[in-house]
Amino acid sequence: MSDNEQSRLIATAMNEGSPQARALGFSTLEIGDATALLKVPYRPEIVGDPETGVIAGGVVTTLLDHASGQAVHAALEAWTSIATLDLRIDYMRPAEPGLDILARAHCYKLTRSVAFVRAVAYDRDPEDPVATAQATFMLDASAGKKPGANLKPSRISRARTGGAEQ
Amino acid sequence: MSDADSRLVSMLESIPYARFLGVRAELAGDEMTAILPFAQHIVGNPMLPAIHGGVLGAFMEMTALAQLSVAAPMTRQPRTIDVSIEYLRSGRPLTTYARASIKKLGRRIANVHVEAWQETRSAPIATLRGLFLVAPSEEGA
Repeated sequence: MSDNEQSRLIATAMNEGSPQARALGFSTLEIGDATALLKVPYRPEIVGDPETGVIAGGVVTTLLDHASGQAVHAALEAWTSIATLDLRIDYMRPAEPGLDILARAHCYKLTRSVAFVRAVAYDRDPEDPVATAQATFMLDASAGKKPGANLKPSRISRARTGGAEQ
Repeated sequence: MSDADSRLVSMLESIPYARFLGVRAELAGDEMTAILPFAQHIVGNPMLPAIHGGVLGAFMEMTALAQLSVAAPMTRQPRTIDVSIEYLRSGRPLTTYARASIKKLGRRIANVHVEAWQETRSAPIATLRGLFLVAPSEEGA
């Protein structure tokens, strides 16, 4: 995969600028050609089932969402804000305790307003996935929204959908 | 403390990732509300800022698991089969609440719907529908 410089910059910003991605220790191993490969390192703090030591499904959800977003950026010509519209995840098997989890996401279709992504999470072999995901993203999601928009008090009238207006 | 109450508390306390996110829950009779206090480390988009979509998904999945632990004693933690998450509004830097509704609790499969909101219950920020592989203990089934 050819690493694209712009996508690489966005991936770094998304991993280091996003507090949750930083808290979970996300890193991007590959990015380019509408595809991103991300890793979350195994840590006892992010275990979901203490009896088995398996990483929480929610961590896999966040990794798949994050990887999918980076795949969308790797598919776009120029940076635009994006927002997840929906995310469907199938959990095939528990991740192996002690192993890092990888997620490879591919943005296979872009329209003017929507990006479609498929992603796979695995620990050893992509052919033996822990989980698979299908996601859609809205493009230009913060159209008209300025930085800090969510810090302003919300009005009920602002409680319109963010997702259904594309 | 009722049986359901103590099952809920011990379940949330035992999950490292629930502590990592800061998830709590309150029980009123058989109605549970899960609570995700805002914290800087759950932010996904620092520009707006907005809570990470994955965190909201994780929070709602945990709400479903917690509601199942309230509904019936289980011989082991339910395993998530699949979840379908819909994002309706961005998660503002505020406390997020979630409630789960168990649509069906069978001998093997549970179907659970979850809704998360912040200031206005009627304006949810995200919803989740999940299927879980369950193992209710004999007396609870």
